[in-house]
Parts: sequence; C-alpha cells; structure tokens
Amino acid sequence: MATPLIEMKDMCIAFGGVQAVDHVSVDLFPGEVVGLLGHNGAGKSTLIKMLSGAYKADAGEIRIDGKEVHIHSPRDARAQNIETIYQTLALADNLDAASNLFLGRELTSPLGFVDDDAMEAETRKIMGRLNPNFSKFHAPVKALSGGQRQSVAIARAVYFNARILIMDEPTAALGVQETKMVAELIQELKKQGLGIFLISHDIHDVFQLCDRIAVMKNGQLVGTARTSDVTDDDVLGMIILGKCPPGAVPGPGAFVEDVPVG
Amino acid sequence: MSETALAGQKSPTARSIFSALQLDTRFLGMIGAFIVLCLVFNVFTDGRFLTPRNIFNLTIQTVSVAIMATGMVFVIVTRHIDLSVGSVLATIAAVMAVVQTDILPAILGLGHPAIWILAILAGIVVGVLIGAFQGWMIGYLGIPAFIVTLGGLLVWRNVAWFITSGQTIGPLDDTFNMIGGIGGTMGETGSWIFGILAVVAALWLQLASRRRKASHGFPVKPVWAETTMAVITTIAILGFVWVLNAYDIPEARLKRIFEASGETLPEGLTMGYGIPYSVVLLIVVAIIMTMVARRTRLGRYIFATGGNPDAAELSGINTRLLTVKVFAIMGGLAALAAAVAAARLGFSTNDIGTLDELRVIAAAVIGGTALAGGVGTIYGAILGALIMQSLQSGMAMVGVDAPLQNIVVGTVLVLAVLVDIIYRKRTGD
Repeated sequence: MATPLIEMKDMCIAFGGVQAVDHVSVDLFPGEVVGLLGHNGAGKSTLIKMLSGAYKADAGEIRIDGKEVHIHSPRDARAQNIETIYQTLALADNLDAASNLFLGRELTSPLGFVDDDAMEAETRKIMGRLNPNFSKFHAPVKALSGGQRQSVAIARAVYFNARILIMDEPTAALGVQETKMVAELIQELKKQGLGIFLISHDIHDVFQLCDRIAVMKNGQLVGTARTSDVTDDDVLGMIILGKCPPGAVPGPGAFVEDVPVG
Repeated sequence: MSETALAGQKSPTARSIFSALQLDTRFLGMIGAFIVLCLVFNVFTDGRFLTPRNIFNLTIQTVSVAIMATGMVFVIVTRHIDLSVGSVLATIAAVMAVVQTDILPAILGLGHPAIWILAILAGIVVGVLIGAFQGWMIGYLGIPAFIVTLGGLLVWRNVAWFITSGQTIGPLDDTFNMIGGIGGTMGETGSWIFGILAVVAALWLQLASRRRKASHGFPVKPVWAETTMAVITTIAILGFVWVLNAYDIPEARLKRIFEASGETLPEGLTMGYGIPYSVVLLIVVAIIMTMVARRTRLGRYIFATGGNPDAAELSGINTRLLTVKVFAIMGGLAALAAAVAAARLGFSTNDIGTLDELRVIAAAVIGGTALAGGVGTIYGAILGALIMQSLQSGMAMVGVDAPLQNIVVGTVLVLAVLVDIIYRKRTGD
C-alpha cells in the first residue's frame, strides 16, 4: 500500500478537563477526499485545527509522506502546504479580495513595500479560472455574496499550491448554484492529486464528494469506511448511535453490542 | 433604502463625476463641513478668522494633536484605545527638558549644537519604550487597552511630576525651540522651493501610479479626471504656501533679527514667515504613516487585525507582537508631539498635554476612524484635528463663553459620529 499523504495517529487534546479529541487516528491519500462526520461537538473541527495549526495537540503524531512533522502554528501548517478553509470564512471583511488572498504572504516590491497591483493582477488571473463572474476586485469582501467570499477563500488555498486542503463546512452558507461550483472545484482539485479533508453535516454532499468517511462521536473515532461500502442509514447509525456497520473499520469509539464486532 | 435610490436618480451626473475622480466622498464631505465652518467663523469675526495670521496660528496649534492622531488611527483600527497619550507626552516633555537643560549641558557644554537632536532622540526612545511596555501588557498579558492606558493616564502624568519635581523646566535649547512653530519657519523663498518640490513629487506619484496600473492592464481614470486632480493638488499646495508666506513677520521682530546679525533693517522691507518647521514635521509624519498604512505588511496586518482578529491570527499574523508595535509607534509619535508642544511653549510645564488624549481620540474619530476597528485614514485624522482646533479657536475669537465652548465641542463630536454612522449605512460601506 502507498504511503499516505497524511497520517494522524492517536491525536489527543483536552480543554479544561474535557477530552475534546481522544486518541483519534485518521489518514488521507493523494487524490482522495475524506469526509469527517459527527454531531456538533463531536470533535471534528478540533481534530482538524490541530492539523491546521490553530490548536496544539496534547499528544499524538502527524506524519506527512511518512515523515513526522511538528505543527505549532498556522505558519507551520502553511509551510507543509496545508491550507484550510474555515467554516467561519477567515477573511478580513474590511479588505478587498486581493489583500485577503495574500494575507500573511503579501507580494512585495524590491524595496519591501506591498505591491497591490501585482497582487490584484494575480487575483484576477486565479479568479478568472475559479469564478469567471467575479468582478468586485476593489470592494471590501464584506460587500460580496456568500459564494463570492467562499471563492476568495478557496482561491487562497489553491493559489499557494496546497497539497492538503481542509474544508470546514465549505457549502454551509451557499446557495444551490454556488454549492455546485464548490463541488466541481473539489473534483478538479482531486484530479490534481490534492488530499482533501471535508467536514460536513450534509450526508448527501458527503456521499457525492467523498471517497472515504471517518465518523467521530464524543471526541472518539467511531470508525472509517469507504463510501461505496456503506449506506446512508449505516452512516447515520454511526453518527447518532456510534454503531459500526459491517462494511466499516471500527475505531476505539465504536459502540460494542452483545454480539462482538466483526 | 428608497431614499438613497431617489437621491441617486436626482444627481446622476454629479455621482459619475465623483466616481470618475475616484475621490473619497466621505473626505469631501469633511472638507465641505470644514470650509463652511471657516466661512461662518469668518463672518462672525468680521473677517479675522481667514487671515494669513490666524491660519498660520491654527496650523501650528494643530500640529501636536495631529501628529498623535495619526498614531491613534492605528490604535483604534486594531480595536484598542490609548487614553494615556496626554500623560505620556508630559513624561516625555519632562525627560527632554531635563536632558537638554541639565544632563547634556553638563557633558557637552551649554548651547552645544547637538543638544536639540539628542534631546529629541532621548524622548523618542522613552516614548517608544513606554508605548511598547503598554502594548506588551495589552497584547501578551491580555489586559484590556482601556484599563492599561487609563492606568497610564494617571501613572505617566505623575512620573512627569517626579522627574521635574513639579517645576516648570526651561528655558529650553534655542535650536530645540525652532520645532515649536512660530520660532522656526522656512522663510518665503524656502517655502516656495518646498512647495514646488511637493507639487513635483505629488504629480510624479500620480503619474507613476497611472503607469503601473496601465502596465498591468487595469482600467485607469480618464485623462480629464487625472488632469483635474493634478490641478487641484497643485493649487492646494501652492495656495497653502502662499497663505503662510503672506503672514508678515512684525516689524519690531524683524528689526531685532537684523540687529542680531549686525545689520539695519532696510526701509519698507517686509518678510513673510513661511512654512513652520513643525508643519514640515507633521507633513513628513503624515506621509510616512500613510506609506506604512497602505504600502507595508505592518499596515496591512493592522487593518486585517482590525477587520477580523481571528482571520488575521489564522493567516499566521502575530497579533500580539502587532499590538506591541502599534503602541510603540503611538509612543514614538507622542514623543514628536511632546517636542513640538514643549518647544512651542519654550518650557516643559507640569500640565503640558492635559486632556490631549481626548482631543487626539476626537480628531481620529471625527476623521472617520471607526471604534469598531478596521477603518480609518491618516489624512482624515489630520483633518479631524484641524476641525477640532478651528472650532475651539474660532469660538474663542468670536467670544463664546468658555463653558459653552466645551459644550459645543462635545456636541459636535457626538453629532459627527452620528452623521458618519448614517453615511456608512446608506453607502453600505
């Protein structure tokens, strides 16, 4: 079997005595979309924030291409080509699209000044590819629609050659047409060999977009499964009851019935 | 909403002219309000308000607060506040006074030519350290800026008292005093040269920006719009120089100047003051601060943090260190303001800078800096300072009672913010 792009092993983090993530292990291969599912508060976002550098893990190991890496800040994550698109759309509302796209990595002129024109030119190029209808290059992003804002956030991830993309509810705030656009984009990125973690509540989305799913409950991993091996109801059972169906690989959080699993 | 739409239909041409010029309509509104204010005062003072003499005085009275207001823009944009600037100014003024009257003369000898600059540098170091210390408490210890600087308001005012033992210190160094205003001006010829250089620089910047945009294939303003802007800029700069040059040095003073250099005053000779060095300092500060705000990463991060602190953090910006930097800049500017304020008096007094924190915050807010963070301009804050000062000295010239003056200033501050809120709602900005 090929080396996974990412392996997260026995990840743990606690906040004030609450074990938010408890010995969770997941992996991700190039060109694969893995859906992370679970109730609100199941620990999905927390798990992913340890990968994106927003939180520091208490214990556990992250390997990229089989090599252990240490991620202590968003900067570390970016250095590993991990890009994150957050649920809350981490954009500065008062700045325009180009400033947001390059936030933290501004293009500068030889004298060290921020080169707005060059950044705008690059932004126009990439937006022309991702969302050709986008035209408000000088408006602050607060004046943009949900879909336009999302395309700025996605453009940010794509522009910097992400290898690993984390999407936290990328379609939660979008309309039908915009959701379709994001879905097409995910397919496109997959073809380019990116690995994508997708956090979602929408079972339909998950079956359409993901190759595998990993379900969490109360901070523990219920199990992982290929989407082709399980049904909607199986997945709902995993999310709600923590019950691992026959087609799935059970994790430490699987609810064990009288009949032994397997 | 419907009212906005109607207003838009009424004056489509005016709107398209403004959009072609790409002017900040909010700033235009402020300039309009300022002009109306000046004209009203001019009528009530029988034409004494808009004389070269009064305009000269207004500009030098505004400088100290305006310098600090540019720093306050950064502080407020990052969603903080600095209530300590007036007291910090007093501490720095005391340090600079002691350094130039006590410490340096003992080392270098009285009247040494390097005293003034060393005193100012010492003040800047102290200001940056005080600012950075307060910023560290806010950024790294998580104490709200309101509390840290409220404490600072009390602490630094009285540190100044300790440094000077409550005494007025002076007279200050003669060269140092030239930064205060009327004691140091460029003269007519120097001012014209300065003005012409400024016009050349402004036009060159405009042209360079147009070329850069064109080279990327972006839309540029129509040529008539660029030309209009260039003409307005030129008239504004040269008009300002002309007004300051038109304020003649009084004859008695001129006579003294000539006698000091061993000459006699030729009959009928007059000389204008020209641009004060303190105003040159303000212009330099304004240009540098505008460059920082618009053209550096630091400025970009300041505005990003003000717009969405979480987004800034997630983008890898060290927002704690940024807070330290912002307050350190504020401290450094308070030092420059202290130099101007002390030099204008020729002494460092105990009550120097009292209530300046309120004037500075008011100037920034009237100038369009939003307390919610993320929005503000340097030029707006300077115009805000000028409006506050005009209001104050205009009322004094008209002879409005002192208590009524403050009532009016306070009311204007609140109304200005209300108008701003309404404006932002309508433009959806």
